[in-house]
Amino acid sequence: MNLSAYLAIIFGSIFVNNFVLARFLGLCPFVGVSKKTDEAVGMGMAVIFVMTLASAATWCIYHFVLLPGEQTGQNILSFVIGNRVSLVPILKNVSYILVIATLVQLVEIAMRKMSPGLYRALGIYLPLITTNCAVMGVALLNTTDAPRHFNFLEATVQGFSAGIGFLLAMLLMSAIRERLALSEVPESLRGLPVAFICAAMMALSFLGFAGILGTG
Amino acid sequence: MEINVIIGPVIALAALGIAFGVGLAIASAKLKVSRDPRLEEIIELLPGVNCGACGYSGCEAMAAALVKGEVDPSSCALIAPDAAKRAAEIAGTGLGQKTKKAAVVLCRAEGVADNFDYFGIGDCAAAALSQGGPTACRYACIGLGTCASVCPFDAITMGDDGLPKVDIDKCVACGKCVAACPRGIIILAPTNRYIHVLCSSRDKGALVRKLCKAGCIACKLCEKACKFDAIKVEDNIAKIDYEKCTLCGACVEACPRGIIRDIREEETRPTAAAAAAAEQVNSKE
Repeated sequence: MNLSAYLAIIFGSIFVNNFVLARFLGLCPFVGVSKKTDEAVGMGMAVIFVMTLASAATWCIYHFVLLPGEQTGQNILSFVIGNRVSLVPILKNVSYILVIATLVQLVEIAMRKMSPGLYRALGIYLPLITTNCAVMGVALLNTTDAPRHFNFLEATVQGFSAGIGFLLAMLLMSAIRERLALSEVPESLRGLPVAFICAAMMALSFLGFAGILGTG
Repeated sequence: MEINVIIGPVIALAALGIAFGVGLAIASAKLKVSRDPRLEEIIELLPGVNCGACGYSGCEAMAAALVKGEVDPSSCALIAPDAAKRAAEIAGTGLGQKTKKAAVVLCRAEGVADNFDYFGIGDCAAAALSQGGPTACRYACIGLGTCASVCPFDAITMGDDGLPKVDIDKCVACGKCVAACPRGIIILAPTNRYIHVLCSSRDKGALVRKLCKAGCIACKLCEKACKFDAIKVEDNIAKIDYEKCTLCGACVEACPRGIIRDIREEETRPTAAAAAAAEQVNSKE
């Protein structure tokens, strides 16, 4: 695999297809936890962490459990039942939720034991991310097989850089909102409305990246 | 065939679920973090506002330190007396002696001119960054009330004269205002030491005289008047050593600028406790 493919994945998921500003995933924490910069950074770090792990774990589930025998109908289950059952369309979403939720729980437990410092920094954000759609989104996008089948490293890199993109969006938004909190905003726009307007303008400016990597 | 489309995935998902469930159960048993049962009880007793006045990052950290015996409950500014007693029993520490502290604003900014009209963000830190701040005195209160807005206990209000007023009863000396003030003119002082030098200017006397009617000119008359070696002029500003101060009031009378004051007599709302103490002093005389 050549390096430029990885660079395209990294640049693509940070800027061109930024999860928050271009794909509109993970908007709940983007609006909810972006009032203060340090909280936004904490949340962003936790998202990077979980996205990377979730990408790796769900790719393994997809590649080794769901996908084998998809074409021929001879997958793991068909040995038990004896009939052709296609696993991918039915089980993909629901098994990913299971995997991500379990993984986050496991990481939380392990982190609490092994690195209390990291647990204190990220601990409160981890349960919030368990059911985050950005995490689910990156897992599903890693395994769509369109335009091509990602290998393990590509999927993990995409997960990691999608997290970086999320952190970037959170950081920009929190900086804007910290500034907004001190400025005089018309009363009817105060709080969330003006934050939404800012988010929309940020998304517009990120539209400038569109097309850099072609339509892929 | 059709029924297998349902049964198949159900089996697969149930198998996954069971595997993960068992895995999590094993993990949580193996990686269990044992907590001291006393910790929970002490956390219950602490106020839970995480103000940080004790010097720990929050009530939970303070409780952990209590259990280890590093501190005693008196470090908490807010804890009720009976809760402190219970916490001391549980943790096995002494009760400790508590000196109540409160924030004091060391500036009275009388007649300080403005260098320019400031129309920016309504926050002292932002104002202090633009051209060194709008006030002519570099050490004067800017008066935009950042200290009042960061106070979690509503103990600071902005008075009509544009200066912050501290309500000693509400203040728990958490130090948020001290950190927030860009001029650094708020200090935490013991409430039973009520004589303060109400100026923070380190400018030379001649300049201070030009800028402010209530500025310390470092004339050292207070230093000479003090019999207890408790007041010293350093960096063009008089400073009181609150450990040595006996509240005799000699410096108050000696100060030609009238800026060493008994803050209980300030036009700030005199608190009930302070008023009673003042009455006692008067009746003794």
